[in-house]
Amino acid sequence: MPADSQAPPIVEMRGITIRFPGVLALDDVDFFLRPGEVHSLMGENGAGKSTLIKALTGVYPVDGGSIEATGSSRVFHSTFDAEAAGISTVYQEINLCSNLSVGENVMLGHEPRKVGRIDWKAVHRTAAEHLAGLGISIDTRSLLSNHSIAIQQLVAISRAMVLDAKVLVLDEPTSSLDRGEVDQLFAVIRELRDKGAAILFVSHFLDQVYEISDRITVLRNGKLVGEYPVGDLPRDDLVTKMIGHRLDDLVAISSTAAREIDRTVMPVLRAQDVGRRGVLEPADIDVFDGEIVGIAGLLGSGRTELVRLLYGADRADTGQIEVDGTPSKMTSPRHAIERGIAFSSEDRRAEGIVSDLTVADNIVLGMQARKGLRKIRRSTRESIVSEYLAALDVRPRDPDMVAGNLSGGNQQKVLLARWLATAPELLILDEPTRGIDIGTKADLQRKVAELSEQGLSVIFISSELEEVLRLAQRVVVMRDRKCIGELDSQKSDLEGLIDFIASEGEGSAA
Amino acid sequence: MTVVENAVETRPTSSERYQTFMSRRASLLPTLAAVAILILLFIGAEILLRGDFITPRNISALLLDNTYLLLLAVGSTFVIVTGGIDLSVGSVMAFTGIWLAKLLEAGTSLAIAVPAILVGGALVGLLIGVLVQYFGVQPFIASLAGLFLARGLAFVVSLSSIRVENQALLSLQSTRFRFGDWYITPTGIMALVVVLIGAYVMQYTRFGRTTYAIGGNPQASLMGLKVARATVSVYVISGICGGLAGLVLTAYSGAGYPRNGIGTELDVIAAVVIGGTVLTGGRGYVLGSMIGVFVYGTIKTIISFMGAEQSWMQIVIGALLLVFILVQRAIVARSDRRS
Amino acid sequence: MRKVARHRLFWPVTALIILMVINTIARPRFASITVQDDRLYGALIDILRQSAPLMLVSLGMTVVIATRGIDLSVGAVMAVSGAVALTIIDNSADANSTTTVLVAVTVAVLASLILGVWNGFLVSVLGIQPIIATLVLMLAGRGVALLITDGFITTVNSRPFAFISTGYLLLLPFAFFIWVAAVAVVALIERRTALGVLTEAVGINPEASRLAGVRFRSIIWGGYAATGLLSGIAGIIYASNIRAADANAAGQFIELYAILAVVLGGTSLMGGKFSIAGTVVGVLIIQTLESSILFLGVPPAQSPVFFALVVVVVVVIQSPALHRFVRRLGGPGRSRRISDPDVEVGATP
Repeated sequence: MPADSQAPPIVEMRGITIRFPGVLALDDVDFFLRPGEVHSLMGENGAGKSTLIKALTGVYPVDGGSIEATGSSRVFHSTFDAEAAGISTVYQEINLCSNLSVGENVMLGHEPRKVGRIDWKAVHRTAAEHLAGLGISIDTRSLLSNHSIAIQQLVAISRAMVLDAKVLVLDEPTSSLDRGEVDQLFAVIRELRDKGAAILFVSHFLDQVYEISDRITVLRNGKLVGEYPVGDLPRDDLVTKMIGHRLDDLVAISSTAAREIDRTVMPVLRAQDVGRRGVLEPADIDVFDGEIVGIAGLLGSGRTELVRLLYGADRADTGQIEVDGTPSKMTSPRHAIERGIAFSSEDRRAEGIVSDLTVADNIVLGMQARKGLRKIRRSTRESIVSEYLAALDVRPRDPDMVAGNLSGGNQQKVLLARWLATAPELLILDEPTRGIDIGTKADLQRKVAELSEQGLSVIFISSELEEVLRLAQRVVVMRDRKCIGELDSQKSDLEGLIDFIASEGEGSAA
Repeated sequence: MTVVENAVETRPTSSERYQTFMSRRASLLPTLAAVAILILLFIGAEILLRGDFITPRNISALLLDNTYLLLLAVGSTFVIVTGGIDLSVGSVMAFTGIWLAKLLEAGTSLAIAVPAILVGGALVGLLIGVLVQYFGVQPFIASLAGLFLARGLAFVVSLSSIRVENQALLSLQSTRFRFGDWYITPTGIMALVVVLIGAYVMQYTRFGRTTYAIGGNPQASLMGLKVARATVSVYVISGICGGLAGLVLTAYSGAGYPRNGIGTELDVIAAVVIGGTVLTGGRGYVLGSMIGVFVYGTIKTIISFMGAEQSWMQIVIGALLLVFILVQRAIVARSDRRS
Repeated sequence: MRKVARHRLFWPVTALIILMVINTIARPRFASITVQDDRLYGALIDILRQSAPLMLVSLGMTVVIATRGIDLSVGAVMAVSGAVALTIIDNSADANSTTTVLVAVTVAVLASLILGVWNGFLVSVLGIQPIIATLVLMLAGRGVALLITDGFITTVNSRPFAFISTGYLLLLPFAFFIWVAAVAVVALIERRTALGVLTEAVGINPEASRLAGVRFRSIIWGGYAATGLLSGIAGIIYASNIRAADANAAGQFIELYAILAVVLGGTSLMGGKFSIAGTVVGVLIIQTLESSILFLGVPPAQSPVFFALVVVVVVVIQSPALHRFVRRLGGPGRSRRISDPDVEVGATP
């Protein structure tokens, strides 16, 4: 049960103002956290959400305003100060030591000691107790790296509890979790909330925000829009407040799913029995001209693994791939590119953007790699770059800007430009809209729809099932590293898709 | 009787025990491999030299001849576990060694000279640690600066070698505590004590665990750990170990020599890596480094016993290092694939 | 003016100019160049000549560092190259024959190329960390060189061979032309072709480059091979200078000075964007510094202390901590990076 909303806040941020060179990131923002409540902070890219969180956790100093936490006025010079004030953060990138044991990670820095030396028995006993308090029982002596991200996250939360946190900040905790793990996490969050912790929940997944939060604060353009009990804020209103206008662009895209595809001709790509031991069971997939094939499934079902095999990013043990009827061995990305396949990875930071190169260099990288050592003519390069910057509405429209300085959404657009510039026949997009604000999401989806209408074939992976249903004509469903069937997106709705994914039954529903 | 039945637990199967071991202690494997190599070397040498190798005298000499390396290896283990590297150790050893000789020559008592050189070594380490922690300099470059500084200072102290007449110092090396045919010198005892202290600190103190944390998580400071203090400290420790090594080497050779230790840092790194410490940090054991030093020393002994040229020493160590790296990579790759 | 100041080469070139000015003030003869027998002489000419080995090694090191690697074996390769060349000349019928010298040099350089290819194999195919992979050759290489020379310092009397390091061509030292040619070739290959940008991409983000279809393995392999080749040439010049093959002294510490030159020139040790011109300036700075120290009467063995100071000053100036400090002095409103690289909070900036 959410606590009485009249309880005094345990964190009071008043009139918070933070300036960066040329930008007012936060302008006189008030923000409160109350014990026994799950509070979500919502806002688009550049709304100031991230900045506010960093001010609370001691990463950024404030230029104006005051922070009161756990009873006293605070000035945070470092993350230590925030932790000392009882504010603990669990980051998106698990901030633990994978080379150490679970128990040690929980107790690190606070190991119980006996006669001046660490008492390892007590370390593991205490850690096990804390983990059990969250409903987890694992071997605390095993290395952290042996466990899934979901478990590692719970270990991180456990550590926060050891540090006697009164305020728990959870930053995008569900990005890498499957449904079952999300349920487990939410159970833990509710448990902690009921015990009186104040929880700040940050996530892009609207469903989850509505599922777990008691209260929502909305920021836009660095200013506070408002604070609302979750029951008082329907979804449409939330989105409106976040982006300032109604969003019916997405509705216009649904027409692509209805398009007719000619499946009597030779497919652009035909993969049969493609698999890799220990990674993916042999799977089949066909993609036709101008078709968007979606791949849906829970996290860990093998979607990314499948497309990586199709692209040659990993080598398949079994099966064969035919591109336009010609058998091709995909032994490396170079082979795939030569056959006209392009692949945009789900981890755009680690596997996509070359951060220190300019936007222009990033866009032509695919083309240049294919061309070898001969440089692309400057005139060609300039025209291609400016064409794509305009077509995809990249902001800021500066080809010489260092790519690492762009926001996530614009980086995704640059990556898309890189692959489109190689004039592929088949474009594989793995989670292209993850971690991107609604406005840019709509832009990208619209672009993909346009391109497929012009004849480009697309394989589209997304965890947001509505997105998949909206864009794709056909949806391939995967579970547990296996292809379990296909759906016609016209004949299916979200519930049907979810049922299919979760179902025990075999066989395809075409 | 039901009570007895209920009291009997099912014993874990051997494959279960293996799984548990691997999930808990995978990082021990390289060190165990080093022990295996050491045993193989001993056996091989015994066969090759027709039973003349494993004698108390040879094994005691093993410690005697490599005491300086052992001391350096302890300090370097601390540094490498944090993911850093210290290229200055050979030069610090030379600098402190010749400075000690010079101080003793000028009549300073041992009781003042020894702490002085340890402070000297510590200061070089402090410089490196400060550069790494507070100026964000990569350990490679920072310790390079330390190397240049210490090497140059060694020659500033003296351009040529200085003999040591101080009996107290020389006795540290020449005194032998005998147990039958086995013997050990005060310096050897000191080195083993340092090893034990090092191993204890890494396993049972918060400081030691912080070094592992830093090696395993570059953002360890966000965990609330005293990262700055630990990072600077490991380089200071390395510097002090360098000073101790200088002391030992000077006692061993009876003179300080500014050209000592050129290239020694590589031998130290080789020994530490062979002993199971991973250069990327986060994994490794002081006792493992000790095994690595003994492997190194044994190879040196075997080569000299065989009458081969010293140039073979470098080739063999290079080849062995390569083999160990490949084995380490394979093990780490396998244990990563489990997760 | 600000744009000039922010140019990558600004600080290195300024440092070099300051060094030269100080030298000229301290000893006016520093800047003087005399002509004699169709040859130019002077301290400046000496610097141009003596910097040849370091320049060649640093060129290779720049490319390797750009790919996020490092090559610690360059000194050992120099030793092997010298040993091979001199052994061939020593065992030949006529040490003064140009043909013999050409053969010896070619074989030695080929051997060095093979060693570079070996390094490249370890790093790009077996995936071994560059520090360790090249450490192996660094340790073993000198042993190999010693074996080739049977443990002795082989000396020869060969006019053609000596010409390499002491000879003149068109008024200037031959060695100078060697390194200028090397710089020109490397710069042309890196910047006229797409190799430079592709190398930078590989260094900045190896996995992204692979997925983009870049021939990352070949690029990394090529870097080490080229460094082997260049080190081999450097080894020839060194051996020619002392007219001997000294397996222990050849190229001692040169890897450290090369890394320093690269860093001085503005290339980051983390890999990625690199600057050949910066490395050239970096080497000249080191060489000028060496010359200044010698002039001051400091025994060469003590010169590393000065280099330690140089390293410290350079890295402190380049350090982000100092930039933050200076900016804080600069004015009101603290400045921060828009997105803190240390804490990645969500995907939003």
